[in-house]
This record gives sequence, structure tokens and C-alpha cells, in this order.
Amino acid sequence: MEIETNSVDGIAVATIIGDIDGSNAAAAQSQILTLAQTCTKLVLDMSRVSYMSSAGLRMLLASYRAIAGKGGTVLLAGLSEDLSDTMSLTGFLSFFKTSATVLEGVGLLK
Amino acid sequence: MNDSTAVSDLASLVRVDSYPTHEHEGIRLRHGTPLPFGATIVAGGVNFSVFSHNANYCQLVLFKKGAAKPFAEIPFRGLFTDPQTHEPLWGEFRIGDVFSMVVFDLDPESIEYGFRMTGPGNSATRGEPGIHRFDLTHVLMDPYTRAVSGRNVWGVAPNWQDVYPYRAGIVQNDFDWESDRPLEIPIEKLVIYEAHVRGMTKHASSNVRHAGTFAGLREKIPYLKSLGVNCIELLPIYEFDEMENDRLNPLTGERLYNYWGYSTVGFFAPKAGYAAVGRRGDGTMVADELKQLVKELHTAGIEVMLDVVFNHTAEGNEFGPTLSFRGIDNQTYYMLTPEGYYFNFSGTGNTLNCNNPIVRNMVVDCLRYWASEYHVDGFRFDLAAILGRDPSGAPLSNPPLLESLAFDPILGKVKLIAEAWDAGGLYQVGSFPAYGRWAEWNGKFRDSVRQFLKGEPGKVGEMALRVQGSPDLYASRGPTASINFITAHDGFTLHDMVSYNEKHNEANGENNNDGANDNESWNCGWEGPTDDTEINALRNRQMKNAFIMLLTSQGIPMMLMGDEVARTQNGNNNTYCHDNELNWMDWSLVEKNAELLSFASRMTKFRAAHPALRRRDFLTGRDTLGSGYPDISWHGPHAWHPDWSHDSRVLAWMLCGKHSKDDYVYVALNMHWDTHIFELPQLPDGKRWHVFANTGAAHPNDIYEVGTEPELPEQSHIFMGPRSTLIVVGR
Repeated sequence: MEIETNSVDGIAVATIIGDIDGSNAAAAQSQILTLAQTCTKLVLDMSRVSYMSSAGLRMLLASYRAIAGKGGTVLLAGLSEDLSDTMSLTGFLSFFKTSATVLEGVGLLK
Repeated sequence: MNDSTAVSDLASLVRVDSYPTHEHEGIRLRHGTPLPFGATIVAGGVNFSVFSHNANYCQLVLFKKGAAKPFAEIPFRGLFTDPQTHEPLWGEFRIGDVFSMVVFDLDPESIEYGFRMTGPGNSATRGEPGIHRFDLTHVLMDPYTRAVSGRNVWGVAPNWQDVYPYRAGIVQNDFDWESDRPLEIPIEKLVIYEAHVRGMTKHASSNVRHAGTFAGLREKIPYLKSLGVNCIELLPIYEFDEMENDRLNPLTGERLYNYWGYSTVGFFAPKAGYAAVGRRGDGTMVADELKQLVKELHTAGIEVMLDVVFNHTAEGNEFGPTLSFRGIDNQTYYMLTPEGYYFNFSGTGNTLNCNNPIVRNMVVDCLRYWASEYHVDGFRFDLAAILGRDPSGAPLSNPPLLESLAFDPILGKVKLIAEAWDAGGLYQVGSFPAYGRWAEWNGKFRDSVRQFLKGEPGKVGEMALRVQGSPDLYASRGPTASINFITAHDGFTLHDMVSYNEKHNEANGENNNDGANDNESWNCGWEGPTDDTEINALRNRQMKNAFIMLLTSQGIPMMLMGDEVARTQNGNNNTYCHDNELNWMDWSLVEKNAELLSFASRMTKFRAAHPALRRRDFLTGRDTLGSGYPDISWHGPHAWHPDWSHDSRVLAWMLCGKHSKDDYVYVALNMHWDTHIFELPQLPDGKRWHVFANTGAAHPNDIYEVGTEPELPEQSHIFMGPRSTLIVVGR
């Protein structure tokens, strides 16, 4: 698992590459929470994540809580249908804005 | 720093106990904490804690998920230093009767765990009695495990050779409930809908994305809401093994299942096979899916009640498998004869020893867990009379378990409902030890109403008691102690109750010997399906009559899944073993039987609109307010003159509006096969009778929407057709 961060039109974008489970969720979380300290709008590019365990889902929700706590928004871009379904079944999806692509997501947050 | 402004960062300070002190074959350990029992994620690792009074040795067995063999086996012990001699000394990781150990560097998500134990006595062989059944060859499931894997997808055949078939897993309980809390709807306002998670949406007609699951049920919340129920009571959702039954349907050769689920494997674990995410093998996700269901039901104003089975476990009798309890502490967990045979008050092989202090605590811990972690609103206790037996099986006058539950702080507002009988012959309807908290499934309501409905003579007096909330049974407890039901999962559906005289259980594979024989049902003239329009019309009317009796009676009404659309089980009154259309809700009935559905929905709304029907205290039959009317008055074809005679099959009553700050409500039941003219009692000046429901009238004049009831043109009397019921409101 890797996380690449950049900025598109002034909005922070973090691209998660690889699956997230109990073995790496904590590492992913610390990177994203660090990023979350510097922004109030965050796009997470999920298009290269095929699976997330419950620890992965918690990592996402903690990021949301950190940013929502200061009035911000987290958007998940490019969720696979499978991942989107899992997040919906377990109640995680409703916390997030979603978009098909990063560009579309950046447009929604601007 | 000034004390008043200091912000403590103790929460982020590294805990001393996050460092290991011991090691076993490269795995770092520490003596754990005994409480809470079970596996708990702590700083740096997982704390495992398990009770056994009789074991003299315990070791933890760790598996990678699904692996055939464990990757580690760690005794609960380590080298300590003798305080006197300073010599190294082996000591157990145990305080009292509780083994506890923290194992570091585990990924809680990717492992399964169990225990092995030894203790006194020879390891009992299959079929032989034994006070103790310790056996180091068995890997034992933690009784407190919050997740069980092994049956992750419903009906998929497991590896029967697995050394550890039901595996304990670790759950992260940090679900984001937002503002959700248990609803705490006053019990007198409940309308309970008894449903089976899989049965609700498994049928192809359900049209949900994940059929037969918690998530599938979530998609039916709008239906429940429009039906007007505000509590769903789920048949067991604790982990059980639907595959434990290995018999076949003799008629079709289909496999038979433990479909209902009254055979618990793990009391703290939701059934993984009921979760759409179950196939992922992630116990936390299973928990999340169920919690999301509860959260959304709550948002819709619907409480969640769990049918819980604490009277026995899935381990069976001497011939049963050793899965958990009996390998951990047989003598503590089960009621045993002096020789070590299992008492069988449950009718299923063994009896959990609920009034042993350890087991009692486990039950309390379990219910607290479901109330606090899952926001469950209430519990219905299967064969609850067993919970009042002492360890030798004798009924207790003051059972400690029932008292503990009634006064427990965390359970302080949950609903406690007893099925107040057991398979050992203890029948406590009306006498169940209640402590002001417990309500009961009122089996007498079911029987009286069924008898009256089919027109049996000599039942008018009894019926009058039932519609008042059974003051004969609950005089000191009030009508809210009475859970009124005509049908439940156990027995005929409403449709079958008016379509069959006899049970038809051949498909169960027991030569039609199983299931109750005293069904008090009536087929209306033909056994089973018929094209006879008169019979079908009568059946339809009888079902409507039943809804009126159920929903105008004082007490708490409970209806069975699908009765509102005339679901059939083809006359089978004991469908515990069928995973097919016999048990699945057929959603095409919603359209086909829209008339009955509309009738039932309007009746629930009528009940919700009329506090006179939902009294907390018994009606007195006296005018306690000076309204000029008793709070309840009895009538017959002649107003103010009920016909209590043996041959009477008619009963009417009026609820005074002033006594309940409501309209006047008059209900008349004509279960005679002839038409009768009923005189209506005279209303106070200025008020007029309006007809809400008349099952003798053809649809759509059989029932109206609340508030749109037409005024009766003739205010002094009304014709009531054969076997029909009437509700009029005076305002």
C-alpha cells in the first residue's frame, strides 16, 4: 500500500494504491491524518484500491471525523462497485461525498 | 501550567502495559487483565481472557484465518521471579479462575483463536456421561467471542473434518452511531412484527440487492413503516449452525436445515451468514452491517427486539459435539444429573445452567453487550421458564437471573419479554417472576381468541378478559405485561389458521408427529386451498376479524411476518427446518392480497391514533371521572346487555372517550354464523357514531383511513353480517 499526495486546483488529493487491511491501515491513517491537519477539503482517490477490510473502512471514517471536526469535507473518488457496496452495507458510505473521478470530485468540492 | 487551563495529554501517553514482559517461541506476551472476558484489542496487542473454575491448564490456540492448522499455541503462563529467592519461577497468567494474557503484534483482523484446556476427570467419550469433559485434543471456542467464523455464508457445506469448526474472531466495536440511541418507545405503544432475517427477503420476489441478509431487511424498512409496525422482533440472530441438521425432506429429498436458529453457538456473535458481507470473513464488518440495520430501523422509528435463546446451546447431549462450554467447564455451564447426564428441560438435549452465578453473569454480560454495542431495544427470551430453574432443575420462587436482569442498570430501559413456559412442563403464563419489568407472550390470548374467532361456544367471558389485557393473569402487573398474539413463528400462519383444521408437517420428516396438535384453527369448510369463492371470502373475513381482535385488545400486539398478506406455510405448523418458499415471505402477495394488507395497515394506524386502546392500567368498568360512562362497558345485540350465555358468540364493548382523552370507541364481534342487529349505545350529546371498520362490508367499505370515517346514517343500531366485526368511533 502506498499513498501519493498532490494538489489539484488547490484541493488536496491523496491517491491510495493497494488494498487496505489490518496490516497497513494504521500506517495509512497516520499519513492521511497528517494531511488532514493542513486541509479542510480532501479528495481520496480510491480507484486503485480493490479491497478494504473493516480496518480500512475505519481508517477512512477517522479521516472523515478529523476533517468534519473542523467543518471540512472528504470525498471518495473512483470507488469500485464492490467497495462502494461493502461501504454501503456497513454504513460507511453515507458519511462521504463520492464522485467517479478525481477531477469530478475536485469540481464538486471547489 | 495553570491547573484550570491545563489540557491533559495522558490519553496519548504510552501505557506502561503496552510493553511485553514475556515471550513464547518468539511471540511477545504479557499477563493480561481478567476483565472484560473474551478477546479485546488493547495497546500493542490483544487481551485474551477466559474463565474456567475446573480447568488446571489452558493454552491459547491461534490460527491464520481459515487455516487448517494453528500457527501458534501459547500456554497461559510465563517465567516470573520468586520474590524471596529471586529464582526464576513458572507461573500461570491467571487470577482466580480466569486465565488472561496479552499477545502482542497480532493483526486482530487476520486471526482466529481458541483454547485448549485440561482438568479433572477422564475425557468423557461420546455418548458417555461426565461431570467434566476436558479434552486437550479439542480446540474450544471462547464463550465470549464477539464473532464466529466457520459458517460465513448460509448453507454452504463446511469442511466437516475441520479441527476447529466454529472459530472465535476479534471485533472492533467502534461503530459510528452518530446520534442514534435505543428508542425507548413506551411499551404500550408498540406493535411488534415477528420476522426471520433470511425469511424476509430470501424469496426471489423480494427484489433486494442482497437477498436474505441484514442488508436485505434494511431495504424493507419502508414496507414495515407503511404497515405501521414500530418494533421488529427477529428470530435468533446469534451465531448458530443452520447445517447442524442432516436430515432430508422425505417428500422432495431436499436438505433440511436448522432454519429458525434456536440453537446458539455463540451468544455474543451475530450470525455471519445473515450478513451480506459474511463471505468476507471479517467479523467486524458483520457487526457493522447489523448495526447499520439497527441504526436505520431506529431512524424509521422502529425498535429492534431480539429473540434470545439462553436455555440451551448447540452442544446437544452426551452425543453432541464439544465446541466450547462443555470443554471449558461442563459442570458450570450445564445442568447435570449426579451421574453427569444432561438435563433436557429445553427439549433439545441440554440445559444451560442459568442460575449458576457464572452463567448468570454471562447472560447479563451478553444482554448488556447487545444493548450497548448494538443499541438493541428489547429481548424476547425463548423458553424463559427454564431461566427460573435452579441447577438441579427445580423452579425457584425468586430466580436470581430474572431478578438481575430486571434490575440491571444497563438494561434499565430495555423491554424484557418471556416465553413463560419450557419443554419440561413448567407453564408460567401469568405467574412468571416479573419484578415489575417482565412482559410475557400471552399464550392464553392466542388460545382464547382463536376459539372465539372460530365460533366456539362458552368463550365470551374469556374473550372479554383477553380484550382487556388479561386482568385474570396480570392483575398486579397491568395490561402491558401481556404480549398479545394470535400467530407466531411457532404454529400456523394466520392464513393457515383459517385454512386448515389439522397440521400438515409431512415435509419435516417426522411422519407428521412434530408440531402442536391443539391449533384451535378452523378451515372454514375445506382443508387447504380451494376455488370456492364463499370459503375464500370467509377466510379473508376471518383474517380481518383476527386483526381487529388483535389490534383493539389492551396489551401489546404482535403479528407474524407475512400475516398481513396471507402468507401460507401449506398447513405446516412447525417449519423450523425449511429453507425454502414455505418460510420465505413471498412479496408478490403484497399485490395479490393488497386488500388484506391495506386492512392491516389501517388497523395499526387506528391503534396508533387511539390511546383508549393502549392503556397502561387496566380498565375498571366504572365511571371514575363522572363522564356518565364507565371506562369500559359491555354490550351485545342489546346495548348495555352483553350476552354472557353459553351459546353466545357475540361480544361488544365501548371505551369511554373521556377516560382516555380520545374518541369513544365501540367494537362489536359477531362470531355467530347468523346476521345480528346490534343496538349502538347512545353517545353523549352532540357526538355521532362513525364507522371505521366493518368486515361484513365489501372492500373498500370494509375499512377507512383514520379521520375519514363516514357518519353512520342510522345511529341507533347496525346490521352485522355472519362472522363479522365492527369498529365505530363516536365523536
